[in-house]
Amino acid sequence: MLSIEGVTVTYGSVPAVDGVTLEIATGDVLAVLGPSGCGKSTLLRAVAGLEPLLSGRILHDGGDLRGVPTHKRGFALMFQDGQLFGHQSVGANVAYALRIRHTPRGRTRERVSELLELVGLGGYGERAPATLSGGERQRVALARALAVEPSLLLLDEPLSALDKTLRERLAEDLRGILTEAGTTALLVTHDHEEAFAVADRMALMRAGRLVQDGTLGEVWEHPVDAEAASFLGYASVLEGAAAAKVLTAAGLPGAGVVALRRSALRVSGAGPLRGVVLSSRLTPETLRLDVDVEGLGPLGAVAAGGDKSPGVGEVVHLEVDPERLAVVGRR
Amino acid sequence: MRRLLTLAGLAAGPLLVLGVFFVLPVSGMLGEGIWPGGDFSPGAVLDVLARPRTHRVLWFTVWSAGLACALTLLLGIPAAYVLYRLRFPGRGLLRAFFLVPFVLPTVVVGIAFTQLIEQWGLGFLDDSPWAIIAAMVFFNLAVVVRTVGTTWESLDPRPGEAAAALGATPWRVFCTVTVPALRGSMISAATVVFLFCATAFGVVLVLGGLRYATVETEIYLLTTNLLDLQAAAALCLLQLLVVTLLLYAAHRSRAQASPTLDRRTPSPQRIRRGDLPAVVVTTLVLALVVIPIASLVIGSFTVDDGWSLANYRNLDRLGTSDQLEAIRVTDALVNSLRTAFDATWIALLVGGLVAIIVTRRSHTGTERRLRGVLDGFFMLPLGVSAVTLGFGFLITLDQPTVNFRDSPMLVPMAQALVAMPLVVRTIAPVLAGIDDRQRQAAASLGAGPLRTVVSIDLAVVWKPLLAAAGFAFAVSLGEFGATSFISRSDHPTLPVVIFQLLGQPGQDNYGMALAASVVLAVTTGLVMLAVERLRVPGVGGF
Repeated sequence: MLSIEGVTVTYGSVPAVDGVTLEIATGDVLAVLGPSGCGKSTLLRAVAGLEPLLSGRILHDGGDLRGVPTHKRGFALMFQDGQLFGHQSVGANVAYALRIRHTPRGRTRERVSELLELVGLGGYGERAPATLSGGERQRVALARALAVEPSLLLLDEPLSALDKTLRERLAEDLRGILTEAGTTALLVTHDHEEAFAVADRMALMRAGRLVQDGTLGEVWEHPVDAEAASFLGYASVLEGAAAAKVLTAAGLPGAGVVALRRSALRVSGAGPLRGVVLSSRLTPETLRLDVDVEGLGPLGAVAAGGDKSPGVGEVVHLEVDPERLAVVGRR
Repeated sequence: MRRLLTLAGLAAGPLLVLGVFFVLPVSGMLGEGIWPGGDFSPGAVLDVLARPRTHRVLWFTVWSAGLACALTLLLGIPAAYVLYRLRFPGRGLLRAFFLVPFVLPTVVVGIAFTQLIEQWGLGFLDDSPWAIIAAMVFFNLAVVVRTVGTTWESLDPRPGEAAAALGATPWRVFCTVTVPALRGSMISAATVVFLFCATAFGVVLVLGGLRYATVETEIYLLTTNLLDLQAAAALCLLQLLVVTLLLYAAHRSRAQASPTLDRRTPSPQRIRRGDLPAVVVTTLVLALVVIPIASLVIGSFTVDDGWSLANYRNLDRLGTSDQLEAIRVTDALVNSLRTAFDATWIALLVGGLVAIIVTRRSHTGTERRLRGVLDGFFMLPLGVSAVTLGFGFLITLDQPTVNFRDSPMLVPMAQALVAMPLVVRTIAPVLAGIDDRQRQAAASLGAGPLRTVVSIDLAVVWKPLLAAAGFAFAVSLGEFGATSFISRSDHPTLPVVIFQLLGQPGQDNYGMALAASVVLAVTTGLVMLAVERLRVPGVGGF
């Protein structure tokens, strides 16, 4: 159990992290999500012991970490671009923490090949880091971090430097490896897909402050405000009369602020909303439309592809899928 | 074809200058050794090398330089850490201060240590090699601090942090992560320091007397005192060989340098308890730098154990000895400034052209090969010590065909050749760092070749160019090795006069030498302060 209690970190006089309180239960993976410069990496570095706290405290299994230097915390840190030691082979990189702990040589060898198998790089031990691809380097960095079974794994945008396909695959692998090993992990990222793919719980940060935290479902279904909703990947946010109209159309009670995904509005002959198609574009899965909806303004919508697909300027009816919208700031 | 012609046109000037003022003197000097009087007799070289005195000189050169180099690294690396990785008030000033010894004229360094020994009653050091080694360390600390420090400053801290998070203690992080990343710059600094120590001239001449001679001072003594030109040429030959090999090794180590690929400048840290040993060493180093300078300054203001400005007043008087041929120190200072000015513009012009030539991208195989050959050729002056150059000037440039012996440009030319590699080394990396696509973008927007140079190259390079000018000026001001051979007796430069003053008996002359040294040091110091204000990274680093 890691407890972050009212932690503030400043650079000069500028607060980078401002009174953040968070908890990570043992075995959980927490993703701290926020735009770049929101202080999430600073928070991670503070947990690692690389940034001094101005106030607040960080407890690990009940013990205060103040004054405990980085190398005595028993955590492991994995950076965006791996930060492998370029002058050492892949095997030596993975064995680094084992050598520090004077693990017998035979055991080290075993463990290294075990870890390289785990990350899908069996037999890569003799290679130089410079000869690996970006994805392979991240896998080695993960193996190196896991070598001594850290009580907390700190991941700083571990997948952000990779291209999309690789990121998706590695995110899945990462999730698998972390749950299998039962590793407690703190992940910081600006990419909500990465957070959803890897974490159990999520915390949103903005301008140094924590704005929301909870399980993935809680956060996803009830973003705390419009900005949080946009950041989580909702296509548009509606307020007031427009929000009420959408809720009514979806058959939901109440009013407030509503966040819509693009697929929340679907073209349907009997739909309660009406609008004029502004543009349409075919994607591999659906037909994506921009529709000027009466009383709501221009919004994204989807339609089934094929011959009957509506053209630009055509009037269409739309239905609202209640599963694909979120009521903001209300539980 | 047109590109090749442009290349040839650009290269013609530097080639001519180097041909006359470098190839000719050096080959003349080699000729003196191998073809004495027109007979081919390489055996004579071996005879010289077999002399016991030569062995002593060689052995002293190697061990004193090796020891000084090791000590410099040992003291310089902690200082580099403190000055470039830690945050404390007055850091910028301290960094500039550490550069002072490097630009102090070698004669001044020699005098500072002589004065230190005298003033502190360290007479037992007077006749030992330790003063020489201490002076070498004093002189070269700046090289280590600058070279290693600038690399350290831009070292990505994250691999170290990753290691710390994996459980590595700070010391372990230093050994397994930091040192491998700094290895390239450390080897580079070590090679250059060894080179500077092994070819130290002014310092050894002043402190070593006749008893302790390095190859450089031996060449000087053989030429000027013993008139044994053949032996001097043999030593020059040997030195040329060794220095070239060392430089090649340094070049290779740089080429395969640090493995860390991407860099970003981390913000310096506050001083923590673990930094204490480094801070202590740095304080020690600071003392080593301050004390000789302080004792020089104090000595210059002292006459007969009392404070006095007499030494400075004497600077404007005629010397009391006929050997000085009635030269005022103030006149010598004016000579020095004039000479350094000429040397600077020559070095900038030739060095600038060389930098442009070696950094432009080649388009064809022929062009690339040609550029490679030119690159190698232009780096040759690096491999020749100032004394060899001066000696070469002395014996070749008085022939009827190329008679520059009485030309007022002879000394500036020699100093320019000494300073030119520094100019190239400051400007070339900056030019090479400009993405060629920037020039292409400018050209595609309608800029002609000249306009491209002005708007792209010059915009980036003017500051380093100015810094290189200041550096070349400071080096020329203090240049002693080559100048001591060819300085004209009616127009000596200040370092030459200081050395002559030292050779004269009498407290007056010694006091004048101290005061003149302070004047020279202050002048070069002011120039370097201006350079430091430009904040060009890497100046003075290797």
